[in-house]
Parts: sequence; C-alpha cells; structure tokens
Amino acid sequence: MDTTTHFPTGKIAHERAMKRKRVGYVWQSLFIFATILAILFLAILLISIIDSVFGYTVMADTLPLPTLIEGRESPDELTREELEFLIKENLSPGMLRKVTYDKTLEDRDVTDLKALVEQYVIQPQVLRTWGLWASLTEQEEIGRFAEEHPGSYIIFKNWMTPSFVIAAQSSNPLIAGIRTAFLGSLWVLLVTFLFSFPFGIGAALYLEEYARKTRLTKIMQLNIFNLSAIPSIIYGLLGLAFFVRVLEPFTSGAIFTAGEATVANGRTILSGGLTLGLLVLPIIIINTQEAIKAVPDTLRQSSFGLGATKWQTIWHHVLPASIGRILTGAILAMSRALGETAPLVVIGASTFISVDPTGVFSKFTTLPIQIYQWSARPQGAYRNIAAAAIISLLVLLLVVNSSAIIMRDRITRKKRLER
Amino acid sequence: MKSIQTHPFNKKLRIREAFIEGALFLFALLSIAITVSIVVILLRESLLFFESDEVTLSGFLFGTKWQPMIGYFGVLPLLNATLMTSLIAMIVALPLGLAVGIYLSEYADEKFKSVVKPVLEVLAGIPSIVYGYFALTFMTPLLRSIFGDDVVQMYNMMSAGIVMGILILPLVATMAEDAIAAVPVELRLASYALGATTLETSIKVVVPAALSGLSATFLLGLSRAIGETMIVALAAGAGPKMTFNFFEGAETITGYIVRISGGDVSYNSVDYTSIFALGLMLFFMTFTLNMISREISARYQTEYE
Repeated sequence: MDTTTHFPTGKIAHERAMKRKRVGYVWQSLFIFATILAILFLAILLISIIDSVFGYTVMADTLPLPTLIEGRESPDELTREELEFLIKENLSPGMLRKVTYDKTLEDRDVTDLKALVEQYVIQPQVLRTWGLWASLTEQEEIGRFAEEHPGSYIIFKNWMTPSFVIAAQSSNPLIAGIRTAFLGSLWVLLVTFLFSFPFGIGAALYLEEYARKTRLTKIMQLNIFNLSAIPSIIYGLLGLAFFVRVLEPFTSGAIFTAGEATVANGRTILSGGLTLGLLVLPIIIINTQEAIKAVPDTLRQSSFGLGATKWQTIWHHVLPASIGRILTGAILAMSRALGETAPLVVIGASTFISVDPTGVFSKFTTLPIQIYQWSARPQGAYRNIAAAAIISLLVLLLVVNSSAIIMRDRITRKKRLER
Repeated sequence: MKSIQTHPFNKKLRIREAFIEGALFLFALLSIAITVSIVVILLRESLLFFESDEVTLSGFLFGTKWQPMIGYFGVLPLLNATLMTSLIAMIVALPLGLAVGIYLSEYADEKFKSVVKPVLEVLAGIPSIVYGYFALTFMTPLLRSIFGDDVVQMYNMMSAGIVMGILILPLVATMAEDAIAAVPVELRLASYALGATTLETSIKVVVPAALSGLSATFLLGLSRAIGETMIVALAAGAGPKMTFNFFEGAETITGYIVRISGGDVSYNSVDYTSIFALGLMLFFMTFTLNMISREISARYQTEYE
C-alpha cells in the first residue's frame, strides 16, 4: 500500500508539525496563566486587606475642643485641672459614676485623663474612610469631602495598632479592639483541643492497630470520610440542638454553680468548643491514621518479638515514632477550628459581647465572629477594623501553622540524632 | 507456671489490654454516633417543622416563595440561590483548577511546584470569613465598576460565586493534580512514542484516563460550594428571592440558616425548626455528592493497581 497518501511528507508535514507545536505552546501558556492567576488571587486578597488597614479618614468632633476651652486646639495642650474640669462638666452623673467606679479621677494619670476626654467629651466621629490606594490617588476628592463637612479634619489612620489588639470590644469603632474576641478564640480552641485530641487519637489507634477488616470497620472509615466533608454549618445545627439545648444544664454550668446562674443559657465557650471539637475530630482521625500507617511494621514486630503486649507496643513504640506527624496534623486541625465561623454563629455566639471570658461557662465571641459582625456593618470604619482583625487572625494562623512545621522538624531531627 | 505449660499457646486474658481496646473501640464508635445524632436531630426537628400548620411537604419542595412571616415556606428560592452561586463557583474553579492540575503534573519542574504548592496551601488555609470580606469589599465594587452600579446590586450572587470559586480552586487543583499524577507513566510514554506532543498526550491520553478521578474532584468541589456559608452570608444578600439574574442578591440555604440562628430565635418556633429542615436538605445533598465522589475515586484507584 502506498503510505504517502496517508502520511504527508516534506513541507506539508513540517507545517503540520509546526502547527501542532504552536497549539501546544498556546495551551501551555494558558496553563501557566491559570497557575499564575491562582498566585495572583492570593496576592490580591492580601493586598486588598492591607489596603483597608491604612488610609485617610475624615473625622469630626461632636464637641470640638476650641468651643469648650478657648485657645486650645488639642488635648495635649490641656493641663490636669482643665482635663478634670472637662470630664466633670460634660459627663452625665451616671456616666461619671461609671468612669470613676474603678478609679477616681485623682488617681488617674494625665494620659489616662486625656483618653477619657477624647472618648467621652470630644467624641470624634468617623465620617468616611479611604483605603491606602485611594488615599494616594484620590486626595483631591478626600479634600473636597472634608471641605463639604465643616468642622471636619483629615487624619492618616493606621487601624492595626497595638491598642486595637489590647482593647476590648466596643460599639465605637475608634476604640474597639479584639481582646475579647482573641481570648474567646483561645478558650474555645482549648476546649476543642482537649476534646478532639484524645478522642481523635484513640479512634485512629483503634482503626489502625486493633480493628479487623469487618463491615463495621469499613462503615466507620466511610463515615469518617463523610464527616470530614459535610458542611460545617451542619455541625452548628448539631451543636445548637444538642449542646445548647439538650445539655443546657451542663453547658451553661448550672449544675456546677447552683447559686450563680449564668445568663449564657448554654451558648457558652463549652458548647462552642465541643461543637468545633466534633467538627475537627474526623480531620484529626484521618491525619493520625496517616501518621500511624507511616510507622514501619518491623518496629511493631520487633516489639512483639520481645514479648511486649499490644498496648505496650503502641505506647512505647508506635506513638513515639509517629507523635511528630500526629501533632502536626492536630495543630493543622486546630488552625481549621480557629478560622471556623458558621457553626459558632449557628449555636448563637454572634451577640454583642464586650466582657472578657472568664471560664468555659462564659458567653463568648471569637475573632472570626468579630470579623463577621464588623464586615456586615455598612459604615466605613467597621470595614477598616474588620480588615485589621483579619490581619490579626491571619497572623495568628501563621504562628499556629509555623509552630506545627517547626515542631515536626524538631521532632524528626531529634530522632535522627538518637539513631 | 503450670497453667502456662499446659496451654503454651493460649492467649492470656489481660484485663488492662482488653479494657484499653474496649475504650479505643468506643472512641472510634463516637464517629458513628456523631453521624447518627446529626441525622436524628435534623430529622426530629424537621418533623416538627412539617407538623406545623403552615407547612406542607409539597409547599416546601415546590413553593417559589420563602416568607416565614406570612406563612410561605417554598424552598425553591433558597435552593435556586445555592445552586446558582455554586454554579458560578464551579465555572471559576473547575477550568482553572484543571489547568493548574495539568500544568503542575505534566509541565512544571520541581522548582516551580515548590512555589505554587505552598501558595495553594495558604489559599486553602485562609478562613472562609476572610473570603467573605474579600467578596464584599473587593469583588463587589470591582463588578459594580465594570458593569455599572445600576446593573449590579450591592449584594449579588455573582461576587459571592466568583470568590467561592477562588476558595474552592486549591481543593480542585490539588485533587486534579493527584488524579492526573495517578495515571501510569506507561500511557504517557506510549503516547510520546507515537509522536504526540505534551499537550496531545495530556489532553487526549492522560486527562481521559484520569476522568473518573476528575469527576470525583468535581463532585467534592460542588459539595463544598453548596455547603459554603460565610461568603454567601456576607456577600450574596439577605432575603430570599426567586431570581435567575446573577447580579441580584438572593439568600442561599446556608445564608438563611446563619441569619436566622444569628438572631435570637425561640425554640419550637417555626423559624427554629425551619433551619433544621433546610439543614436536612443540605445534609442530603452534600452526603449524596460525597458518597458518589468517594465511590468513583475508590473505583479508579483499583483501576490502575
């Protein structure tokens, strides 16, 4: 058969080959483009958040200082007597009592008094905020906006300040901070860890070391996979119906402290922590299983050969050999819990709370919930402090995750030295 | 001593060992208990929901209005919004994720991989509430500046869907890469030996061979999108609405659950039981998708072994 009719040769063949090559290059660049786009998304996400943390803010004082004391422009110029006078003169009696309740004016130092004057007397209000990019490019518009509002002034504000991290939650975005939410997050995480870590490792040990290949084992394995993939909001519904409602006497602490009835009615740190514990349990089980699987069988057999029982083998050989990976998996699961919002909102943690949590029976708010509440408000300044809170959350996650990596490296290095 | 000699191979019953095994078994059983209690609780509260006078099953499944205040409990608007945002998310995540997966598995060298993989991990590790903020403060203004303020509403499904796609992208990309990398190298070599280019090998040989793994990826991604909550709660709008316009706001199933439970609902009210009925629906949808996905990927794993 004459093959030349089927397979082109010479110039035509060359052209076809070139065309195929070109098509290959076009698609390859499309694939690269998609990959770079993924990196770009991350960059844009981070930049847009940082953008909201800094920028010009147009503010106006409710009671401008010059109208109170003539010739004074800023609280820095005031003397101690003037500050005390301003506070006594302008605060309502109830407010004054509240302010002097924990510390009298005489006991406070000048910086403290200045802060009080700013907060309660001058009461600056945010009219509008701009992001960093807009602050650089739209200065004319910002200036015009300030001119349209008599009495207003422009300042360049950094929302992510140390005082933002330290201050308690407040309805005023200028003095609100994330301490309450941060402590709430830590408390919830503690409960989550104490619950899910032992149960998760225990379940994984059973499935890997004890379970025979029965139907039940297979169902358990399938079930754990399914649990890891169902939406987190379903866990919230479980927590709401079970921990908050059915176990209310327990989760509200009512059965422990008969006299001191908490107002949290089950929507406590304990309920939140347990709900998130259920959520991360399958993740911990799966990670631990992987870690245990990686332990070579020879280790177990040599232990059995020396007459060790199953539990002795697990406790003295399997667990120490895999603890680095188990801990890494557990910490990664904790970072998942740290960012979870929906289940906690569903169990009812999304109320305004400005009191620091004192124990597992306190009402609480967490960093992600705080971000949710602030983001959901339309006024400008809340968006800015939401961005600052997001930065705090991301830094916290970074710390948690890198501690996992460092711990894994250290444990594996130690083992290498021992060998 | 004597007893050991007479029964040299009998396993001695050690109480401590048996106790530990029993305890660990109970720990493992806890995972089953969680699933059972989820199903029981969702079913029980849903039954209460369907028992209330204003609700009928057919009205729930086929009604096009969800207004609990005046007694309309048709789930279609919520379901529609959930499916529409998920659709947008899949349109964003699937081609991109597939392209990233193919590139990482078939083209990229180790050095490039060592840059992209951590980026994907970081993207996957960012909490969804942050994506919600991103949708609200970046994507929505961007869409509005492109298409006009009168076309794009302040809260819209498009913005939420696109950002949800970005959220799912790392999941799809990593799973797609795994599925593609699992295709035996012999298939590629055979294709190259016939003179195919890298692209032809990838598209015509490797991807079809990995199709079952890729469809498992697709289903899991879809399940993730349907259950995603915080992005739609922040950016897709509050208020159920039956609309097919992507630029309008409409509340999804998850968005509704979060809004209702975020306020102070009294137990035994229809509002309270309705979120469980919706949760049950959500559970069934994601459960089915997960199980099919699992079944497919279990099958394709044995295919090449």
